[in-house]
Amino acid sequence: MIPPSFEYHRPASVEEAVGLLSSLGSEAKILAGGHSLLPMMKLRFAEPEHLVDINRIPELKGVRVIGDDIVIGAMTSEKAVIADPVLNAKVPLLPEAAKNIADPQVRNRGTIGGDIAHGDPANDHPALALACDAVMTVVGVNGTRQVPASEFFLGTYWTALEETDLLTEITVKAFPQGAGYAYKKLKRKTGDWATAACAVVVALSSGSVSHIRITLTNLGPTALRAYDAESILMGKSINDDLIRQAAAKAMEICDPAEDLRGDAEYKTAMAGQMVQRAINEALAKAS
Amino acid sequence: MNAPVKTLEERKTELQGMGDSRLRKEDARFIQGKGQYCDDIKLPGMLHMDIVRSPVAHGRIKKINKDPAMAIPGVHAVLTADDLKPLNLHWMPTLAGDVAAVLADEKVHFQMQEVAIVIADDRYIAADAVEAVEVEYEELPVVIDPYKAIEPDAPVLREDLAGKTEGAHGPRDHHNHIFTWEAGDKSAADDAFATAPVTVSQHMHYPRVHPCPLETCGCVASFDPVKGELTTWMTSQAPHVVRTVVSMLSGVPESKVRIISPDIGGGFGNKVGVYPGYVCAIVSSIVLGRPVKWSEDRIENISTTAFARDYHMDGHLAATEDGKILGLKVDVVADHGAFDACADPTKFPAGLFHICSGSYDIPAAHCSVKGVYTNKAPGGVAYRCSFRVTEAVYLIERMVDVLAQKLDMDKAEIRRKNFIRKEQFPYTSAFGFEYDSGDYHTALEKVLDAVDYKALRAEQEQKRNDPNCPTLMGIGLVTFTEVVGAGPSKICDILGVGMFDSCEIRIHPTGSAIARMGTITQGQGHQTTYAQIIASELGIPSEVIQVEEGDTSTAPYGLGTYGSRSTPVAGAAIAMAARKIHAKAKKIAAHLLEVAEGDLDWEIDRFKVRGNEEQFKTMADIAWAAYNQPPEGLEPGLEAVHYYDPPNFTYPFGIYLCVVDIDKGTGESSIRRFYALDDCGTRINPMIIDGQIHGGLTEGFAVAMGQQMPFDEQGNLMGNTLMDYFLPTAVETPTWETDYTVTPSPHHPIGAKGVAESPHVGSIPTFNSAVVDAFAHLGVTHMDMPHTSYRVWKKLKEEGIQL
Ligand SMILES: Cc1cc2nc3c(=O)[nH]c(=O)nc-3n(C[C@H](O)[C@H](O)[C@H](O)COP(=O)(O)OP(=O)(O)OC[C@H]3O[C@@H](n4cnc5c(N)ncnc54)[C@H](O)[C@@H]3O)c2cc1C
Repeated sequence: MIPPSFEYHRPASVEEAVGLLSSLGSEAKILAGGHSLLPMMKLRFAEPEHLVDINRIPELKGVRVIGDDIVIGAMTSEKAVIADPVLNAKVPLLPEAAKNIADPQVRNRGTIGGDIAHGDPANDHPALALACDAVMTVVGVNGTRQVPASEFFLGTYWTALEETDLLTEITVKAFPQGAGYAYKKLKRKTGDWATAACAVVVALSSGSVSHIRITLTNLGPTALRAYDAESILMGKSINDDLIRQAAAKAMEICDPAEDLRGDAEYKTAMAGQMVQRAINEALAKAS
Repeated sequence: MNAPVKTLEERKTELQGMGDSRLRKEDARFIQGKGQYCDDIKLPGMLHMDIVRSPVAHGRIKKINKDPAMAIPGVHAVLTADDLKPLNLHWMPTLAGDVAAVLADEKVHFQMQEVAIVIADDRYIAADAVEAVEVEYEELPVVIDPYKAIEPDAPVLREDLAGKTEGAHGPRDHHNHIFTWEAGDKSAADDAFATAPVTVSQHMHYPRVHPCPLETCGCVASFDPVKGELTTWMTSQAPHVVRTVVSMLSGVPESKVRIISPDIGGGFGNKVGVYPGYVCAIVSSIVLGRPVKWSEDRIENISTTAFARDYHMDGHLAATEDGKILGLKVDVVADHGAFDACADPTKFPAGLFHICSGSYDIPAAHCSVKGVYTNKAPGGVAYRCSFRVTEAVYLIERMVDVLAQKLDMDKAEIRRKNFIRKEQFPYTSAFGFEYDSGDYHTALEKVLDAVDYKALRAEQEQKRNDPNCPTLMGIGLVTFTEVVGAGPSKICDILGVGMFDSCEIRIHPTGSAIARMGTITQGQGHQTTYAQIIASELGIPSEVIQVEEGDTSTAPYGLGTYGSRSTPVAGAAIAMAARKIHAKAKKIAAHLLEVAEGDLDWEIDRFKVRGNEEQFKTMADIAWAAYNQPPEGLEPGLEAVHYYDPPNFTYPFGIYLCVVDIDKGTGESSIRRFYALDDCGTRINPMIIDGQIHGGLTEGFAVAMGQQMPFDEQGNLMGNTLMDYFLPTAVETPTWETDYTVTPSPHHPIGAKGVAESPHVGSIPTFNSAVVDAFAHLGVTHMDMPHTSYRVWKKLKEEGIQL
């Protein structure tokens, strides 16, 4: 549980960070909250020669409202996400779901940007980003670009970020008026990653579904959006039978890895349970 | 103005003696982060040790190349078995009469076995050096399943035992066989089964689990080459025995070995034995002449230092048609891992497993336990229980449930029918234990009334009949008896040292006191409760009584703290030492008051002259007098030592009831209610008892519902971090309801029986009973632990239940 030695750098601005990343190349790793990176270093699964600590870059922290956009700095901690008044009012799924991440110690330091950038399908924010139609702002040596969540997660520990890229912001829009939402996460214990989890955002118009997102955590190599399940419900007045059908559709796209939490059959079945429960809870909140 | 005269009750309350829920004296330092644990110890010039471990579970070591590690600046030494051989320390004796490799000698027998050690300037260099040591292995076939281990053509695990047909506990009939141990009367049991109208059998596996104390194991060894003295701070539950072992192994006279157990962050049996890490740190310190620290990390702790349980059991009960038990038979295959390193009293290779007739009056019983080697880490310690009592209680409680199901009898009814009755105590069981006292019927009715058992059963019935009910409801009931306080030295010893314990009390001239003990607290609160015993015995306020333990240079020799033995054995030693002081104090009081001893009465904190209320001497007056005007012929001072060898074990008991609701969709179990009634005899500190019970129930919950050490076919231990290994937090821990009855032990000086392990022993089968009960209407009689959502879901699926 002791990492090998490394060089430590602490840039004060995004430009300085990107400059360091490009000069240090593949031997460097960004250090955000450290709650995914440091455990891997202690186990010597990751042995970076340089750590670029981005904790002292003020512009990366906090939530701002710019017109219709809600812009979340990549270095906003889970604790700050949970407490943020704007998010609680406009995108309440994020603070509610963040309460399910790890434990208070991890949430004090772990960041939304790190959770997304890590590319771990077990992390919760990727599915939440899909459910919120988030757009990632990425700054690299060649400037700034915007990547929608749907194009960001490419595989296990593999995202649209290049080695020298910095994820700076996550931008989301306010939920539609009266939208209901839920994040159902089955886990073995506090501080555990999901055995299966499902995020749902749903809005109704005269009783029929006018907006729906169903996304899944830890049920495949990346977070998944269950488009076919959404289609079953879109435009309909939801009943138990439709919910069951949607869950069955969502289960079809699951391809979870077996581990001590369970085998693929179990996790897929749990995906079905979480989808049904999340839809029901979201519906109960929708108006 | 005269100070108001205190009432008897006020004087008694001020003592904070037995029965008082005084706050724990330990907590001030712990909650301020001022505890002094092993890893907090830093000595000038201290070096750091780390261990090179085997990646394979069974293999031959072809070659070890130390050079790349030695080339790292700051590395002082790399040691392997070959380096320890000249000292004859490459193997060490175990508490169970076997030997265990200190560093792997030619072969490795389990994954993460110690292969070499490195000593370096700091912890970081040591970790780098561990990576740099090159070891070549030739992999050998791995044996994980103990049943396969004793098949005729199974691979030979312990080549060092080749040709040894006699083990420490009798003949060995196979190269992977350690011992077969039996208790009870086989022919009487066979007869009972031959004629009984009803018999039931059940196979069950009590899985391998790990005590997983918050503080892992470690030590700081410091040899002073000038004085020839060895001081070692160590996370040990038994520092005095460790000193004896260290002296025997190292050749340093016992008088020059000092073992100090500082604050200990939980032990639960994990810190009873002597580990290779301790031996290597001590050897390194002696060789290098500098202090050496070794601290395990979590993965090492779970993977290599002593596990618990791993009993594969076949239970059989014979009974009449109306549920009176006539006979019990048990066959166990015990997976001991690579070396037999169980920590049991020497004569009991399966500990006190033969308490497995439980709380029941069973006329004929027999059990047989077969110990087997496999390619897993050694251990087999008492994880918060008295030697294998957890396994025993689990076995009998499961079997009684199975029998009740077969006869379609209620769980409470069958227990009532078979309990040892109050008037039968002292009761000698078919296995020969003499149960000291108990009143099981009263306790059972108290619990059933408290939870309204009838209403619970009615609710369950109604839910079973409702196909739309999203949950399965289960009710678990366990009525256990423990055997603790090992133990009478005529039958109990560790390495030949009788299992007495000791206390030394010294009263200072101004009436305060210090007590030193052979035990060592690891969370039990000895510094608080031991003082209470003295306060009640001697009339000195607890507040001014210091309790010290754990330093072999100052404390009297004792066997340590495990197996719920502190209060039953050391607690008795305290009372007896106090009574010696009391007797002397009486002589002094008689002298001061100029009366005969026979004219004095003891009252809370003073001796009074009978018939003359104004004439008295308090213990404080007497203490002063002991140092300045002792009566002629009496030596000055006021102190006593007592070594207490208990005449018998004590037999705490409890009645536990649990209600579980299982989610038919996910298999998640929600503990709706857990009611724990404990009878530990005389209660010294009710608050501490409650705390111990809460802790034990929580650990029991962990074992029953989540803890597991799964191995794959190659012998890799999966799940050796706290990400997988289940340690419940306050979030998932159920709410506990506690209750009690008091049936004092007749042979213990203060009637106390011990309590800290009962909740662990008793709760595990209770959770199990509840989960199985949820499925009982489907004909399910048993499910192996742990009841994780995944495993329960598989059962739901097998039974065709879904949401
Ligand atoms: C006990 C425990 C339980 C946990 N449980 C959960 C859980 O239930 N759900 C969950 O979602 N997570 C869980 N986590 C992970 C935790 O949320 C981490 O904090 C998170 O995954 C990573 O965020 P971080 O800020 O700590 O990033 P770090 O660990 O510092 O970095 C993670 C990776 O992302 C890269 N990175 C970080 N920030 C940026 C950036 N701005 N731009 C580009 N690359 C970047 C780093 O280089 C590194 O490769 C758990 C962690 C622990 C220790």
